[in-house]
Amino acid sequence: MGEFDQYLLTIITFFPLVTALGLMGTSILASWLGAEGLPAALWKPIALASTILTFLLSLRLFAVFDPLETGFQLVEHVPWIPEYGIHYFVGVDGISLLMVLLTTFLMPVVLLASWNDVSKSLRTYLSFMLSLETGMLGAFVSLNLFQFYVFWEAMLVPMYFIIGIWGGPRRIYAAVKFFLFTMVGSLLMLLAMLVLYYLSFDQTGVLNFDLVAPPGGVAGGLLQTVVPLDGTWWQTQTWLFVAFALAFAIKVPMVPLHTWLPDAHVEAPTAGSVVLAGVLLKMGIYGFLRFAIPLFPSAAVDFTPLIMVLSVIGIIYGSLVAMVQSDIKRLVAYSSIAHLGFVTLGIFALNVHGLNGGVLQMVNHGLSTGALFLLVGMLYERRHTRQITDFGGIARPMPVFAACFGIVTMSSIGLPMLNGFVGEFLILIGVYLAAPIFAIIATFGVVLSAAYMLWMFRRVVFGPVENPENRGLIDLGLREKIVMMAMVIPIIWIGVYPNPLLRRIEPSVIELIRQLETRGRVVGADLEVAPEPGFDSEPGFEPEPGFESESAILDEGEERL
Amino acid sequence: MVGVGIESDLLHWIPLLPLLVATYHGISIGVLRRPTPPRMAAVLSCAAVLFSFVLACIAFRDLLELPADSRVLVDDVYTWIGAGIGSSALSAEVSFRLDPLSAVMVLIVTFVGSMIHIYSIGYMEDDQRDDKGIQRFFCYLNLFTFSMLVLVLSDNLVLMFLGWEGVGLCSYLLIGFWYSDSWNAYCGSKAFIVNRIGDCGFLIGILLLFGALSEIGHPAISFAGIEEHLEGIVEMTVAVPAWMPFGPEWRLVNVIALCFFLGACGKSAQIPLHVWLPDAMAGPTPVSALIHAATMVTAGVYMVCRLSFLYAAAPEISAVVAWTGAITALVAATIAITQNDIKKVLAYSTMSQLGYMFLAAGCGGYTAAIFHLGTHAFFKALLFLGAGAVILAMHHEQDLQKMGGLWHRLRMTRWVFFAGAYAIVGFPPFSGFFSKDEILIAVWTSNVPGHIWLYGIGMATAGITAFYMVRLWVLTFMGECRAASDVRNHIEDPNGLVLNPLWVLAFFSAVAGIVGLPQVWGDIIGIEESNSLANFLQPVLAAGEPHPIEHSLELWMALWAVAIALAGAGLAWLLYNRKPGVPGWLATQLPGFYRTLLNKYYVDELYDVVIVRPLVAVSDRVLFRIVDARLIDGIGVNGTARGIRAVAANGLKYAQSGLTQSYVFFMIVGAVAVVGYLLR
Repeated sequence: MGEFDQYLLTIITFFPLVTALGLMGTSILASWLGAEGLPAALWKPIALASTILTFLLSLRLFAVFDPLETGFQLVEHVPWIPEYGIHYFVGVDGISLLMVLLTTFLMPVVLLASWNDVSKSLRTYLSFMLSLETGMLGAFVSLNLFQFYVFWEAMLVPMYFIIGIWGGPRRIYAAVKFFLFTMVGSLLMLLAMLVLYYLSFDQTGVLNFDLVAPPGGVAGGLLQTVVPLDGTWWQTQTWLFVAFALAFAIKVPMVPLHTWLPDAHVEAPTAGSVVLAGVLLKMGIYGFLRFAIPLFPSAAVDFTPLIMVLSVIGIIYGSLVAMVQSDIKRLVAYSSIAHLGFVTLGIFALNVHGLNGGVLQMVNHGLSTGALFLLVGMLYERRHTRQITDFGGIARPMPVFAACFGIVTMSSIGLPMLNGFVGEFLILIGVYLAAPIFAIIATFGVVLSAAYMLWMFRRVVFGPVENPENRGLIDLGLREKIVMMAMVIPIIWIGVYPNPLLRRIEPSVIELIRQLETRGRVVGADLEVAPEPGFDSEPGFEPEPGFESESAILDEGEERL
Repeated sequence: MVGVGIESDLLHWIPLLPLLVATYHGISIGVLRRPTPPRMAAVLSCAAVLFSFVLACIAFRDLLELPADSRVLVDDVYTWIGAGIGSSALSAEVSFRLDPLSAVMVLIVTFVGSMIHIYSIGYMEDDQRDDKGIQRFFCYLNLFTFSMLVLVLSDNLVLMFLGWEGVGLCSYLLIGFWYSDSWNAYCGSKAFIVNRIGDCGFLIGILLLFGALSEIGHPAISFAGIEEHLEGIVEMTVAVPAWMPFGPEWRLVNVIALCFFLGACGKSAQIPLHVWLPDAMAGPTPVSALIHAATMVTAGVYMVCRLSFLYAAAPEISAVVAWTGAITALVAATIAITQNDIKKVLAYSTMSQLGYMFLAAGCGGYTAAIFHLGTHAFFKALLFLGAGAVILAMHHEQDLQKMGGLWHRLRMTRWVFFAGAYAIVGFPPFSGFFSKDEILIAVWTSNVPGHIWLYGIGMATAGITAFYMVRLWVLTFMGECRAASDVRNHIEDPNGLVLNPLWVLAFFSAVAGIVGLPQVWGDIIGIEESNSLANFLQPVLAAGEPHPIEHSLELWMALWAVAIALAGAGLAWLLYNRKPGVPGWLATQLPGFYRTLLNKYYVDELYDVVIVRPLVAVSDRVLFRIVDARLIDGIGVNGTARGIRAVAANGLKYAQSGLTQSYVFFMIVGAVAVVGYLLR
């Protein structure tokens, strides 16, 4: 690994923020000096170039990432407030690698798509978008709980303003709703974090927010904390898990905590919607994967039935409600709830297939729902309406748009050969192995998704052009074509050849399951992904050095508590 | 099923060629916006499918060179979805398998497919409705061919599902090809959604099978693997609540077989998932011929035969298959009597014939089912394409009541159409006679409960089939021409591009029976092993346990079948040609019966009232407006906000009174409380 790769994660994370500060800084500097600032025509290209560069850097990340390794890679550990165990600690495993890639991929696409969207305080908008990217990336690569919390909250601010300033007519209501919902969850999580922090201090004598032991570090990570849990249900581990899970479930969002999402989506500008659906919602699921499940494995297993029920309700409920929407964007928002129900269902199957599929489906959902929002945005830009009844026969004036819309729709309803199927299929397999009845109910979601998506697609794209305003619609321009190409190519690629991604997800997922098995109190037989006889001999699956001592701490901790 | 098989790199090119051309079309239409000239696009597409046919022939020859009981060619391309380890390892390969069963299907698909592609050049030529329509049409058609070939060549269930959904997609796109008409688009969506219900069954079937196999430690999804390990799961049961029918324990194989059959029902338009097929006739006629008659709709039959080992292990579900097929055959045939759209008649006829194939498959007559699938592909494609020729000649008129008297006007079309009609009616020596006969014998000799009844239904359907085909024939070609006068004077045979494929299909409709000549007839002519198709397929299909049957009885049965077909045909001839007033009089005498048939037993209306409307109403009025808006948002979210505001307004505001003495008072109370706590 070269000198450069050593700091790769930091560079990727902070490059957008630096650009944003540069954009704002030059103007402030210029007004001090009384000079002409950066010409306005350059702002957008600079922001775009910065995000593209970030994406290229994350491709480099993908290249240097070793898919055979289970632990975190490209780790950087720098003391920040070391007295309190707060460090700047970043690293990626297969799961966060994909999330980083998804984020850095979507950002330039989004900026390009919203090229003409925003005229009001453009520079501020660009700075918010760029700092939002840093916030999201920072949260995905954080291995220090405190640092994660900082980024998690930092993300909220730009998103709040993006909805609140550049949104639709009810933007203030939507922005405040979004903020309050997320805030309530975050505060609970903060409280739980502190409890966990002191628990770990009690057990190790070291103040520490690091999730895992840093390279060469003496102290173990929070993951080795023993969170008390005995027979009764209202135990520390239970309520800590509930606090974390609430924060994440609001973010996902899971039914019945979902009502902020349709409002936020409908009011947000296109770029905001895409980032919200594409990345921000994944933050909730990522939180489950990275924190809630491994930190509180037994409680997570205890809550599995509840979460699965809620996920299945989300799938059916989201689909049914999507079926009766008249606003395209609200329809897509509800379809998002259904899709994310699939993801959480897969994750909480807690076996290889379910987790694999769930993580892959996070990427897929980001691509296909993101692309749907982009397409709706393109329609809105032309007609300033999103009502399904205002359209009809769009295929005639806009054939390329219709073709892209068709492909994305099919990806969203999980047609094989496109990305959605691979994730859904793995999820269904995983869920079936864990809890058959849920898989069978979830399969009906497949029918419903076809029903509402095709209903909308038919009403918008097919039929005669009845509304004279639709007759003169202009088909996609070069910029929009590039945007759609950028979305459609990975949609097809993942559908045809998902293995490069699956290969990177799987070791991390197996590591997570190993955590559950070694640290969980009881793991039900049906949740087990049996370590086969050949398991240990497989490359990369050796237990980590800290493995032995972990069980020692486990015993010790149990004695004390 | 036979073991490992010989590697052959040829196989993946068979589906790949059409895919490449489809991709090329897609890119040239969508991305480059510089479409290939229509003719060239069409020729390219035809060439791709023809070349696939040639490759299929070569592969077939290679297959024949192998010893009879180990005829398998395989082609592993790459791992599509690979995940998991150990007993739950899932590895969905893109891997093709050519054994006798898939060989027959590939030959049918590529051969009939190329004929229809060629026909489409002529048929779509005058389609000026949309710019770049031709390129789009051939793009979809090639994509369809690709999906269909993947479906039949795949060596595992997941890849088969890819083809399965792919053909559904193309069907959707092609039914709604003339999308500017809302009705076409509606029919396309309907087809897709109804198919999806079936696909849901297919998917659940895969889950159940995979789950059971991984439980016994052999997580296989390839057909060979499933067959090998099926024995291990035959004894498994599923516990269901006691109030369920046949509870409290179901045999797992039965559940699996039923799930897959649900998929087959969707794709092959069997009751209760048949409602989409008649509406699918909204698509261009070559599409109806290719997708909704010859190939895609037979995928369900193919699947049941492909999983014949599974159905053999689930005799109860085989009976369900047989009965569903029989009922569909009969019901569809009765509906066909009253339809006036030439394509609708053929659509119901297709449904009915597919029911026949399921009847055979359910009775263990898998070879008979495949045999009929093949002959049906020829004569039904021929009939549809012939109908297309008639429609072209009539200037896009499809109503039988406005046809008639075409015998003297369409001097070429009449002969090819006649060949098709003669074959489907089941008169010797055309192909339909032999395949239908083989099905009826398979039904007669099977052990399915009520097989005598099934045989009766089969015979009745044969009679009705003859009836509606002769009705169709008479209304189209006989009597006076009922078309408007400006059309009447311009009715001509279509051009050679349209007619030539019809001659080829007519030839095969006539002679294709030879490949499945029953041994009885072989004995008479003096051929040993005359039923070469059955002998060829036999190693890959589960063998039924038929009752022995006397040769003389077999001949008698053929005779009865011909007799009943003759009776039906004669009656139709009498009613529609000799006494044309009688059908109308009958309709007025039995209005309820007539209207029930005309409205297809009101199944569409039933589904609308029982499923669609309640679902939408509940979603809108209850879930969206009450649960989402009132309960969660109204009471939960905004209620909390209101509550907090109310607390602030009624309670907290007094706390901030601005009176220094009360602040001091509360401070002291607080301090005392803290000190008290610390000193406790």
